[in-house]
Amino acid sequence: MTGMPFLSLAIWIPILGGLLVLATGSDRNAPLARALAMLVAIVGFAVTLPLYFLFDTTTSAMQFAEVAPWIPRFNIHYHLGVDGISVLFVLLNSFITVLVVIAGWQVIQEKVAQYMAAFLIMSGLMNGIFAALDGILFYVFFESSLIPLYLIIGIWGGANRVYAAIKFFLYTLVGSLLMLIALLYLFMEAGGSFSILDWHQLPLAIAPQTLIFWAFLIAFAVKVPMWPVHTWLPDAHVEAPTGGSVVLAAIALKLGAYGFLRFSLPIVPDAAQAMAPVMIALSLIAVIYIGFVALAQTDMKKLVAYSSISHMGFVTLGFFMFNVIGLEGALVQMISHGFVSGAMFLCIGVLYDRMHSRNIADYGGVVKTMPKFAAFFMLFAMANAGLPGTSGFVGEFMVVLGAVQFNFWVAFAAATTLILGAGYTLWMYKRVVFGTVGNHHVAQLEDIGAREFAFLGILALCVLAMGLYPFPFTEVMHASVDELLRHVAVSKL
Amino acid sequence: MNFVVPDFYPAAAEIFVAVMALVIMLATTFARRIASGLAYAMTMATLIGAAFVTIGTLDGQVSFTFSNMFISDLMGDFLKLMIYLSVFVALLYGRGYMADRSIDRPEYYLLTLLMTLGMMVMVTSNHMLSMYMGLEMMSLSLYGMVAFDRESARATEAAMKYFVLGALASGLLLYGMSMIYGATGTLELSGVAQSVYHQAANKTVLLFGLVFVMAGLAFKLGVVPFHMWVPDVYQGAPTAVTLMISTAPKLAAFAMTMRMLVYGLFDLADQWQSMLMFMAVLSIVLGNLAAIAQTNIKRMLAYSGISHMGFVLLGLLAGVVDGDRHFALNAYSSAMFYAVSYVLMSLASFGMVILLSRAGFEAENIDDFKGLNKRSSWFAAMMMIIMLSMAGIPFFIGFFAKLSVLQAVVAAGYVWLAVLAVVMSVIGAYYYLRVVKVMYFDEPQDTAPIHAPADVRVLLSANGLAIAALGVLPQGLMSLCAYALLASL
Repeated sequence: MTGMPFLSLAIWIPILGGLLVLATGSDRNAPLARALAMLVAIVGFAVTLPLYFLFDTTTSAMQFAEVAPWIPRFNIHYHLGVDGISVLFVLLNSFITVLVVIAGWQVIQEKVAQYMAAFLIMSGLMNGIFAALDGILFYVFFESSLIPLYLIIGIWGGANRVYAAIKFFLYTLVGSLLMLIALLYLFMEAGGSFSILDWHQLPLAIAPQTLIFWAFLIAFAVKVPMWPVHTWLPDAHVEAPTGGSVVLAAIALKLGAYGFLRFSLPIVPDAAQAMAPVMIALSLIAVIYIGFVALAQTDMKKLVAYSSISHMGFVTLGFFMFNVIGLEGALVQMISHGFVSGAMFLCIGVLYDRMHSRNIADYGGVVKTMPKFAAFFMLFAMANAGLPGTSGFVGEFMVVLGAVQFNFWVAFAAATTLILGAGYTLWMYKRVVFGTVGNHHVAQLEDIGAREFAFLGILALCVLAMGLYPFPFTEVMHASVDELLRHVAVSKL
Repeated sequence: MNFVVPDFYPAAAEIFVAVMALVIMLATTFARRIASGLAYAMTMATLIGAAFVTIGTLDGQVSFTFSNMFISDLMGDFLKLMIYLSVFVALLYGRGYMADRSIDRPEYYLLTLLMTLGMMVMVTSNHMLSMYMGLEMMSLSLYGMVAFDRESARATEAAMKYFVLGALASGLLLYGMSMIYGATGTLELSGVAQSVYHQAANKTVLLFGLVFVMAGLAFKLGVVPFHMWVPDVYQGAPTAVTLMISTAPKLAAFAMTMRMLVYGLFDLADQWQSMLMFMAVLSIVLGNLAAIAQTNIKRMLAYSGISHMGFVLLGLLAGVVDGDRHFALNAYSSAMFYAVSYVLMSLASFGMVILLSRAGFEAENIDDFKGLNKRSSWFAAMMMIIMLSMAGIPFFIGFFAKLSVLQAVVAAGYVWLAVLAVVMSVIGAYYYLRVVKVMYFDEPQDTAPIHAPADVRVLLSANGLAIAALGVLPQGLMSLCAYALLASL
């Protein structure tokens, strides 16, 4: 069984399946397109399951590796593999894709085939990012994944979609192109190798390390996004259709954070250590300042978007303290945020489909007409605020523990998120769900149907399971995190 | 004085095309009623035939003939094959366009063939005289083709501008060549190289000549500061002719640059590299910035073409670093790969403009692409592939073209140049994305169904898919470029 190219399947089944869905053509064949997309998404998720069940948790080496020469002219290889850091994201991504297909089932009535195909292709490309072990292969997936998201926001988005789509694309392109230069430089330094694993072992002086660190930082910070290059995210989130927001929050934001772990920390450890105070400061600004910004929002999607930035600040904070519990906490936080933010956007999507408004002020008393929905929304809001027993708590708590080991005041500042997060999430929840029924539109709301119940229910189970028993997640990442920290501790000078 | 019969064999393809041009001229005179169709068919057949002759005489050796005025090598053969291909495709795309405007007269095809012959001579010249002859043959044919729609005042104006500036550039080139002749005593490129190598030539005169030669070359490549003709001519000429100007002649100009600078004046690399750097930087910056402001897609593609040529120069200027020639092969082959990729993309992009045009309607504004996804999602996807490829987004060939050139630049130690190039690429991405935006996000203005003959549809689709396919598997074309140069240098 281990001889199967699971990673290639995880990448190419969604991409080729997406092209197949595209071939169903016009909206007359919409039911066929939906069914086919569902099938592809489920098969795509199924092939990633062996990655988890056959995963060897005792080693930090790359598993399920596949190597083949791709462009021998530049010594570029089709080199795939996963370790404890990346494997969970491949699963998460393929899992979220299934939910996105379900979520778009009825809502999307125009250009259904293109919509489904865009999500499937993007899912495959993102799996490619997490699995690539060749610099150029990584880059190619990293950049080409912008195209489907650009189209998703631009075609199916809200009123200001064109602006948001172009802003999203150009912002992320600036960062990634500078990274390309860094990759080419490393290629030269490594004597003509694009292998990321070779680069991990490559000795570098501090000056080039610092420059490379900055090039990577710009690429990944935009993607995370870190303060102050976060401004594209609220726009993109607000304008994107529900599925787009879910993928953006659950997966796309993880790409930047993942990049830090795969590139910045192991390739330029000395620069990373030297820059850690700056990174921690930026992270804390994201946590606290953006937390306050979230409090002030009147648009639900914008609020969750800012809350995402704040949560991702926690992730980058966990990375740059260089201790096991902080790093593992950050990884747990990434997975958990994938579930929780995805669920939050789906909940907002449920409301938006009925009311066509994201304004908090247009709601009130939703619990009276949609009790089942209100219960789910409650759970996810609590998870977003970091309530113990939900997945949101585990990651935040671990990062705060790591911060305590690192520096008390950093921990103190970081812990304010528990208050701020609870503040903005629960306040929004209160205004939307409780109180008197705001207007006659709310009075006519219908509670969620079986389809919506299904995807919210699945996510609720994930959030609770991860909150109550996180061991299956941390177990997988443990060996790789240990090895990464050992590696970072050794100077490359 | 005894006369030696030269070896005609290496020049078989050129002779074949020349003979066919005369045959077509005669044939169309006698068969007046079907002249245009006949000329078209015979021209296409000639191009295919020339490809067979070139492949048939291919031996991978470097050979000289006609008193060393003519060189036959793998680089020349490869570029000639690409020239046939691009002229073939351009003629096929443009046929309906010319017919709709009643300007598909046989002379048009004849001029195309003569232009092709001129380019072949440029590609295979080892002597400044034959190089100049080929250049003029190409240019004079092109002037005629631009003015072919004589009813159109804009086309006539464009032709006039092209002619005057082109003649000036030829003059500069010729003046530079005469200086080099004065310094080295020979017009033969290998002789020039020898003379420069032994430092037998007066350096001041040589450099003086080099500057003028560079100006002439820059004009033909269409790079800043000799780019002024490009947007006007691209916009004014009939789209089918614009398609022709923006493709094969770029390859010929690339070949001429290679012959002149690398074969002839390689020992002056330090000097011409810094000139190329100046031109490359200006082209990339100005091309990308000016393209943003355009609403006419032909003009936008003209400026984009200027910046692409700047990228080609980036490859050419990274060959020699502090006298170390290790990088030369890598750098020049990446430049050649870029040029070939650009031609593929340019063919498809102007092909799309032609596809959306019809009798009495020129789809030359970016707004004419509005809502294309609703009119034909297939061709919208093709145009998206072309635009993203030009912007250098993977998985399309344009990305690997940029990658290989940037790789050469970084290897040569010009990291700042690579950074500048990618920053300008981001700016460039904006106007390419705008085309994608109007196609996918806007409602159609022009709702007429797309009329195009089946052969154009098929070939244009193949062209678009080739850009995508070569983006997934670029190795073949890349190594072909590298191998052709390896066997020639």
